Amino acid sequence: MNRRKLEEAAFKVLMIAATFAVAGSLFAVVGIVLWKGLPALDLAMITQTPKGGYYLGKEGGILNAIVGSLYLAFGATALAFPVSLLVALFLQKDYSGNSWFGNFSRFSLDVLWGVPSIVYGAFGFTVMIFLGMKASLLAGILVLALLELPIMIRAMEEAIRMVSSEIKESSYALGLTRFETMLKVVCRQALPGILTAVLLAFGRGIGDAASILFTTGYTDQLPASLFDPVASLPLAVFFQLGTPFAEVQQRAYASAAILLVVVLATSLASRLLANKFMKYVVR
Amino acid sequence: MRRKLKDLVARRFMLLATFFSSILVFLIVAGLLQRSSLILLTKPISELILSSTWRPLAGEFGFYPFIIGTFWVTAIAMALAIPICVLATVYLVEYAPSRLRELMKPLVDLLAGIPPVVFGVCGVLAIVPLVKKLALLFGIATTGYSVLAGGIVLAVMVFPIIISVSHEVLRSVPNEVREASLSLGATKWQTVKHVVMRIAFPGVVAAVILGFSRALGETMAVLMVVGNVPKVPLSVFDPGYPLPALIANSYGEMMSIPLYDSALLLAALMLLVVVFVSNVLARMMVSRIGVMMHR
Repeated sequence: MNRRKLEEAAFKVLMIAATFAVAGSLFAVVGIVLWKGLPALDLAMITQTPKGGYYLGKEGGILNAIVGSLYLAFGATALAFPVSLLVALFLQKDYSGNSWFGNFSRFSLDVLWGVPSIVYGAFGFTVMIFLGMKASLLAGILVLALLELPIMIRAMEEAIRMVSSEIKESSYALGLTRFETMLKVVCRQALPGILTAVLLAFGRGIGDAASILFTTGYTDQLPASLFDPVASLPLAVFFQLGTPFAEVQQRAYASAAILLVVVLATSLASRLLANKFMKYVVR
Repeated sequence: MRRKLKDLVARRFMLLATFFSSILVFLIVAGLLQRSSLILLTKPISELILSSTWRPLAGEFGFYPFIIGTFWVTAIAMALAIPICVLATVYLVEYAPSRLRELMKPLVDLLAGIPPVVFGVCGVLAIVPLVKKLALLFGIATTGYSVLAGGIVLAVMVFPIIISVSHEVLRSVPNEVREASLSLGATKWQTVKHVVMRIAFPGVVAAVILGFSRALGETMAVLMVVGNVPKVPLSVFDPGYPLPALIANSYGEMMSIPLYDSALLLAALMLLVVVFVSNVLARMMVSRIGVMMHR
């Protein structure tokens, strides 16, 4: 009797410790990056491009990386959104249902979701060379869009699946076609979930470095067109952390802090927006 | 009539988009296979996998140190992450007050969203010095850039995926099962250990497999702390050189040597194949739990 209680008590202590370890690791990561990164942030850092090459010293900031990352992530998300929405709708039981094609798609999208981003990077680079493209903003947007695709589809599909069949059936009963039902009823009902999916994919896209390592190049300038090479925050962290110059390392810490803040803010915004739009959902 | 037509056209577009995204993964496999066929045809597979000489300029491509490096880093990460994640998930689902459970979910989501390079920065700033000190306790002098540092950083990165999948699995165990066990006089812990965990086991295994496949392909964070020395690590304090780091460091600069290019894409193909197999396994595990619950 006593041993049983003792075993439970011991495991309970371990379980609580494990939960604290998980929560603690998040706070540690955020704490360390902000502690190092915030002091490095000033107006010059975020409003100037580097003046003396990104891994040599000299003054200047990381404007090139901030702007580049925003271009890349917005472009990729805008590109992935329509495709993802179409796929997420098609995977509903109104369309593909339990057909072999629906199941096959779900399976292959699951695998795609797990493909490491470095594989996207290597594959994207191969295709780029094959097509005779140069490392550019456009190539980066394309690769990131492919990376975001399975993430967005999975989240959207789940959100859309939650829409109750009564609502859909009422709409069909009123004589709306499948597409009209999907567009006017289902998508509106699932709007909070769809927004969350888009922001989730945006956050993943802006933070990923391995997939754009070979496809975007890196430059001190702001890109003037889709065919110019472009800098990005994750690669700014990666390239600038490795230099022996203290002021360049400061730029790496600042980039990491900005990246972290953007990602956390995106996550927070998706929560707030989802709550706000929940009001309009019929339950 | 126009509405019908619109419906039809929309369906066509959906089908097209779905078809494209579904074959994407096979396109990637086919592309990598085609590009790595050059090295697969010129070198015997046994030499590629078992040789430890990596001299691409001399045409020698032994992946052994990189495979072992990947194995060590992933194994350390899983050894750390599995017990922590399983314990935390059991606590959250079975014991924790609902307010704590509600609080932890967004925290785990936030952890999942942190970019790999940010983990890398933390690894360089905190874990690498820590490992260096730890090694000194054992009387070993290292820089701290080691497979252990890579494993620790990676463990934190796979927390969210293992926790969220196994959380869902535990939640899907019906409450009737718990109540039946409790009413037979079993304690809470006995119920968790012998009843809930037994039903959920295949699902937890699936969560671990998914975590493993995520850990395997993770590139940037590991690359920044693991040391990148192409030698077989002999202890956890030795530097290693996992496959993703190899691709990231060497690809893009050696395009002039076709065999080198082919070798690196073979490395990417190896990662992809393991990820593919892991996904199939995890799927089988999850469908088994469905069978068990409806018995």
